Amino acid sequence: MRAAASGSGGAFSSGKGLNKVKNRTFTVFVWGISSCIVLFICALLFLILQKGLPHLTWDFIMGLPSEMEEGGGIGPALFNSFYMLVISLAISIPLGMAAGIYLAEFAPSNKLIGFVRICVEGLASVPSIIFGLFGIALFVEMFQIGLTIIGGAVSLAFLNLPVMTRVTEEAIRAVPKEVKQASFALGATHLQTIRRVLVPSAISGIVTGICLVAGRAFGESAVIILTAGVTTSGEMWDFNLLSPGETLAVHLWYVQSEAIVPDAVSISDKAAAVLVFVILMFNVVFRIPLWIKDRKNK
Amino acid sequence: MQLENTAQSTLVGTKSSSTELGGSIKAGSGKKFDRKNRLLFYNRFFKIACIASAAFVCLILFSILFFMFRTGILTFRDVSPMTFFFSSDWSPENESYGAFIFIFGTFALTLLTLLISVPLSVIIAVFLAEIAPKWMRNLLRPVLDLLVGIPSVVYGFLGMTILIPLLRDLTGTNMGDGILAAAIVLTIMVLPTISRISDDAISVVPRKYRDASYALGATRFQTIFKVIIPAARSGIMYAVILGMARAIGETMAVVMVIGNTPQLADALFKPTSVLTSNIVMQIANVPFDSTWNNALYMMGFLLLVISLLMIVIVRLFQRKGAQQ
Repeated sequence: MRAAASGSGGAFSSGKGLNKVKNRTFTVFVWGISSCIVLFICALLFLILQKGLPHLTWDFIMGLPSEMEEGGGIGPALFNSFYMLVISLAISIPLGMAAGIYLAEFAPSNKLIGFVRICVEGLASVPSIIFGLFGIALFVEMFQIGLTIIGGAVSLAFLNLPVMTRVTEEAIRAVPKEVKQASFALGATHLQTIRRVLVPSAISGIVTGICLVAGRAFGESAVIILTAGVTTSGEMWDFNLLSPGETLAVHLWYVQSEAIVPDAVSISDKAAAVLVFVILMFNVVFRIPLWIKDRKNK
Repeated sequence: MQLENTAQSTLVGTKSSSTELGGSIKAGSGKKFDRKNRLLFYNRFFKIACIASAAFVCLILFSILFFMFRTGILTFRDVSPMTFFFSSDWSPENESYGAFIFIFGTFALTLLTLLISVPLSVIIAVFLAEIAPKWMRNLLRPVLDLLVGIPSVVYGFLGMTILIPLLRDLTGTNMGDGILAAAIVLTIMVLPTISRISDDAISVVPRKYRDASYALGATRFQTIFKVIIPAARSGIMYAVILGMARAIGETMAVVMVIGNTPQLADALFKPTSVLTSNIVMQIANVPFDSTWNNALYMMGFLLLVISLLMIVIVRLFQRKGAQQ
């Protein structure tokens, strides 16, 4: 395309010089800006990893945090992050997928379902802090259980439910009609078709959605601060659902802005590196197999 | 649906004849709950479970609306709406609850973020869709998708440790925090979102438009500005609104760089506060049934209404796009 454009410029070059200059300038300008921005953002991520990862030790990853002295770890916060992630996914994946399957497969197309779709879309765009306020009203005020892991995890699940629903619906809708009809023609029931044909065909989209949701749950902080608090129970491997559940993302904020430990800078550098590393790992571990599979199919 | 029924009735037909054939074997096991009924039961049960889940998602939205409204509206028992929306005096210790500073701050911050991020994102989208070589496109798209997933608290942390000292050095002021720092951090956050969605919108512009434009002798610069961007306009607007929703609702990244002081954001380097940052900083310290708490919930309700309104606007855009 570039050859065609510059070719025509060359053939009728008299009086078109200005346009050619503009075109050149524009191309250079776009190249410059884009590479600067992309390099800049990648450099930021690299900086985080490079500042934190080389200094990581097991003592830090598994250690207990300290309030006053140096050398505190992130053990309980990291554990809580994974624990809450698992609980919230255990709630949001089945419910979100079921709702998505309903919208894609069973729902008639009428005004009511159109309204349900707007609700799902609306819920997906509600700011996370609103889910935090809702969590306070529900768990702290109505059920009177205080700031707990279960409150945080359920609020997180609510936050992720609409995203999961939309992703599943879109992925299942994208499966070709012929595949579904072939399954029906073989005498499969609707449930068998969904379980054996539609979900496996749409798995790439669904897993991408789960990655997105898991990353969001792992890194979310506003909801957790409001519903699970900024402290941990102070011991490792605490499976009690009713203990306070500070996560790693919250710990990063807390250490940086509120805590009084002398080595706050080094703790937050390392915590940020762990956070980014885990999120990158989610994507690598789940997406690369799918990516390779898609490549093979093409 | 039609097809499913036919498929099922065929299944039922073959099933009943085979039951007759194998009647003697069947009688021995004496099962009432045979395969056909079991399948029908599973199918029905599964459908009901799916309906219940979809209803549950809607129920969450309505209970959020209900809870926020019920708690928020109590504010107006003690504070008049005029004071709440238009007074800029927020000192809950002295019973004055004017939220104007925060409402203004949220809008000013969002506007400033969009001013910086939209031109940059559109340039990146044009680059990705039109100019970049193929290998670069295949590399950059997944990278941008990854960046969408980086937690906001990490961006806030970067803003706090790198951007604010930098701004202090550059401007010579002793306070780096403020609306400009927050807008830059938010720009870095929403940039991948806006540019990826705009990139998709530009990529689906039919090829014949480009060919026609080049055939008329237009340069690439003219083609992009006169043909492609106008054709992808509604998709780009959609991307901008999504980015805007993210910027309005973002909490932690903003809290870490904005300074958290209730004063009007009339300068770029002046510690201020927005709706989200004010809620998260204060909610933990107030008793649940105080006016202070109610006022915070009212601010949350305001955020909720703004974000739902944006979804309605997006819908309108999509309908308009579909009609074109």
